[in-house]
Amino acid sequence: MIAANLPILHVIIPLIGAPLGLMFRRSPAGAWLLALIISWVTLADSLALLLIVSGGEAVSYEIGNWAAPWGIEYRVDMLAAYVIVIVSGIGAVTMLYARQSVEAEIPRDRIYLFYTMYLLTLSGLLGIATTGDTFNLFVFLEISSLSTYVMVSLGAERRALTAAFRYLVLGTVGATFYVIGVGLMYQMTGTLNMADLVDRLPEVAETRTILAAVAFLTVGIGLKLGLFPVHVWLPNAYTYAPSVVTAFLAATATKVAVYVLVRIYYTLFKGGVFETLPVDEILLALSIVAIIAMSAVAIFQTNVKRLLAYSSVAQIGYMLIGISLVTITGLTAGILHLFNHALMKGALFLALGCVFFRIRSVNVDDMAGLAKVMPWTMAAFVTGGLSLIGIPLTVGFVSKWYLILASLEKEWWLLAAAILFSSLLAVIYMWRVIEVAYFRERPAGAAAIGEAPLAMLVPMWMLVGANVYFGIDTDLTVGTARAAAELLMGG
Amino acid sequence: METVIGLFNYWIVIVLMMAGFYIVIAQENMIKKMVGLSIFQVAVFVFYISMSNVFGGTAPIAAEGFTLYSNPLPHVLILTAIVVGVATTALGLALIVRIKEEFGTIEDDRIRDMEEHGEESEA
Amino acid sequence: MTPETLSQLAIAVPLIGSVFILLAGKWPNLRETVTLTTAVIMFITVVSITPAVLAGARPDVVLWEILPGLAIRLTIEPLGMLFGLVSSGLWIINSVYSIGYMRGNREAHQTRFYFFFAIALASAAGVAFSGNMLTLFIFYEILTLSTYPLVAHHGDPATMRSARTYVGILLSTSIGLLLFGMIWTWQATGTLDFKQGGILEGKVEGVMVAVLLALYMFGIGKAALMPVHRWLPAAMVAPTPVSALLHAVAVVKAGVFTVLKVVVYIFGYEFLAETSASDWLMIAAAGTLLFSSIVAMRKDNLKARLAYSTVSQLSYIVLGAALATAAGIVGGGMHLAMHAMGKITLFFCAGAIYTAAHKTEISQLNGIGRTMPITMGAFAVASLSIIGIPPLGGTWSKFHLMMGAAEADQIIYVAVFMLSSLLSAAYLIPVVTRAFLRPPDAKSMGAAATAESGIREAPLPCLIAICATAAGAFALFFYAGDIARLLEPITAN
Repeated sequence: MIAANLPILHVIIPLIGAPLGLMFRRSPAGAWLLALIISWVTLADSLALLLIVSGGEAVSYEIGNWAAPWGIEYRVDMLAAYVIVIVSGIGAVTMLYARQSVEAEIPRDRIYLFYTMYLLTLSGLLGIATTGDTFNLFVFLEISSLSTYVMVSLGAERRALTAAFRYLVLGTVGATFYVIGVGLMYQMTGTLNMADLVDRLPEVAETRTILAAVAFLTVGIGLKLGLFPVHVWLPNAYTYAPSVVTAFLAATATKVAVYVLVRIYYTLFKGGVFETLPVDEILLALSIVAIIAMSAVAIFQTNVKRLLAYSSVAQIGYMLIGISLVTITGLTAGILHLFNHALMKGALFLALGCVFFRIRSVNVDDMAGLAKVMPWTMAAFVTGGLSLIGIPLTVGFVSKWYLILASLEKEWWLLAAAILFSSLLAVIYMWRVIEVAYFRERPAGAAAIGEAPLAMLVPMWMLVGANVYFGIDTDLTVGTARAAAELLMGG
Repeated sequence: METVIGLFNYWIVIVLMMAGFYIVIAQENMIKKMVGLSIFQVAVFVFYISMSNVFGGTAPIAAEGFTLYSNPLPHVLILTAIVVGVATTALGLALIVRIKEEFGTIEDDRIRDMEEHGEESEA
Repeated sequence: MTPETLSQLAIAVPLIGSVFILLAGKWPNLRETVTLTTAVIMFITVVSITPAVLAGARPDVVLWEILPGLAIRLTIEPLGMLFGLVSSGLWIINSVYSIGYMRGNREAHQTRFYFFFAIALASAAGVAFSGNMLTLFIFYEILTLSTYPLVAHHGDPATMRSARTYVGILLSTSIGLLLFGMIWTWQATGTLDFKQGGILEGKVEGVMVAVLLALYMFGIGKAALMPVHRWLPAAMVAPTPVSALLHAVAVVKAGVFTVLKVVVYIFGYEFLAETSASDWLMIAAAGTLLFSSIVAMRKDNLKARLAYSTVSQLSYIVLGAALATAAGIVGGGMHLAMHAMGKITLFFCAGAIYTAAHKTEISQLNGIGRTMPITMGAFAVASLSIIGIPPLGGTWSKFHLMMGAAEADQIIYVAVFMLSSLLSAAYLIPVVTRAFLRPPDAKSMGAAATAESGIREAPLPCLIAICATAAGAFALFFYAGDIARLLEPITAN
């Protein structure tokens, strides 16, 4: 029974869990425990799925036993399982971390709402990665987005509200664009099911309607994933959201959106879209600007969360570069970076969460001398930073290796140079923080503080450990990414 | 004439869409932004419904004497989309209420001023 | 134990030692004992690999495959053997010196100092024994990162600025250029293993060979080829033992060692000679060599002068590699050892002068030979070795390098080597003459110092170290043949 329902359990369980969270109004710890258990059960389901599909066979599930063209089909292939594992893995770790951080940052009477929203987001994100139906994807997109807006708005500062509102406006525009694109495709093919679209799209691929659909889909998803230059919602949302939310979103939400883009380009259109519309070149150009300009902007930030937010926009550029190279190596690099970036940004934002937990600020200047009082937190930050820069033995290096390899394969030397240059910018912005934390003295009269609590350190170090582990043992990540890329390019 | 009158609801869709989108971009008042957003979404709903029309078909309800129906699927989809739209509007309005409480205004440009000058200096 | 195990042990020992150093942090005597013990064990480990390598064995061990076909791999060949011996051997002496220096100057954060020192040595050993470019690159980066806290030791704003220059140049060249070159190599050949005769022949052509070489040569910032040499003078803000062992031996030698490795095992020196791809490198190295000597002459700060001297001497080795002849490469390898011994002595002396007399500028050194005869005597010996005057070690490496230039029919570079020897005499000898021949300058000695008379040397551990390395510079003159024999197989095909 469970085996047959595996492809849907990871979506359903958090979805059912969300309203249950409402019962824990008076007991934040209860709500946390619920979210924690659900996250880990979800992770277990996701890992089982990955195990099943790693043979290369996709798993399909028909909701309510309605056959595919009429009913909604859930379809999990290698790439989907990979993204599902990223999302549920990060979810599980952040929940382990969340309890104290959330209690410190969100008013006590709203904590149960936070966990409810978190579960909804989790369900939505996993649903996006699971569904084989384009319209159902929109529904999940909105489930995750709406709950995300709420989570962002729970931030302590009042600017969290405006950040959430602006995110809502742009996010809704993006989702609506996506719906328009889906509608145009439906108009031409009469189906919403991805598997059917694959069959029917080639016939009509060159029509103006489909070209318009591609444009709408690209812009719509671009808004969601923080594509430069429509990333404007991202820095504020990441900066003012509660620490746990930022860590979770930075590591998952944008990744899922990138996944959708890959699905559209490579599964639905089988890469043929690049012949009719120069989306690959446009994405490539935008991404190159992103990795350089956004890294440069990051250098000048005084708020470390915002700094990392800009860095995220740049890092998304890396993924898009990989995708827009339209080669197996390029796609491998892009997919690989989905996972690796989730690990590094997750670790970095969790470290910042610990910092905020103790000093109630994430400004560079307030972090002076922090390494002395919070050695474990800052060591985690440094490791995450080195990974972001791409120092060997971290995941960042593996990503960068494949990305540059992919650009050299195409003999695009300047692209390789641009990628390396942006890594150098990453050195600068990470180093600023590291230097202040390690070599500046703590200001006289600063409150005496200690290391973050163990319950936060352990999950954070789990992610840091993963940064190193997957930088050394790349069988799982590179293997899966490569297999997924080959399926996408060959299929 | 065919393109103007025959595709008349698509023209409406485009006009509505652009009007809504323009309001979202141009208006500073957050309530108006939400209104624009709703119009924008409604345009898409109209688009889906127009698309489902089959010439000569009736509403997709099984009944004696009718063999040709409009495509019911888009209707169902749009039902879902309307729900999503309502949720979005509700959430947006709720946020606006909170913003009004915190900032005392719902004009986006004034809030931006307050954020940039008021809070940056504290921070 | 097999040489394979020993090669891993040589890297593991300082790492394990570093943990014990941290644990012993509260008890300085215990901590320093741990450091010394670790250094001795490491040296013994490295020495015990030597017979096998001399006998022609190439211990090779694949530790872990990171990416398909790309592994962390250790291979010991003669060049790495030599570098390993030099850095681990000098670590013992340097540890003795450090004890005197760090205590004599009452430096803060001593545990951190010894801890990162051990890590740096572990990564130097890793660089020495790496079996492919990726492994080398990894240890190279760890070396950069682990020496950063040592350079930034004092933590004041000026120091931090210099430390930023240090890490900025080293990281950006390695990530921006070296990594680029590596991935390019991988893309062209499908391997990064060090192979006798090189791996690039026939895989890269025409002007691209020169471009790739440039990526490597400027990417290896630690070799301090101008214009990426700025980090080295910047690193002089570190405590002197750091300058001595790391910025005269481990770090900079890791740089030129990598240059030699790349030329011999990635490009293959014969391939370079055929394609003339290294012609520009000869010019660049010769330019660096001469220009930095001139800069050195103009520096009044003793450590700065020594730093520029190092920049110049490193270019000897790069030039030796660029000549792409057997004698040039052997000469480069020998110079790696000879210069290490000489330069560490000079830095030890500079540190001793600072500890005993608190002087940093050369113009303050008038007559200091009278109060610090042993230190300045050693300084003189080491200077002569750097200049290349028999019977000191530096003679032989310069001899081989000039042979290399002659072999390549590049007579002009023979002249460059000679001219540079003259220049190095011009910036080193005045220090010695000033110390011994000029009368003490009452004004510059300051009020407190005028009262003192007679011998006033640095602490005993410092003196022991200075004498040991000075004697080493002398001894190398007689053991140069052995080094040449050790290195000869690398030029065979």
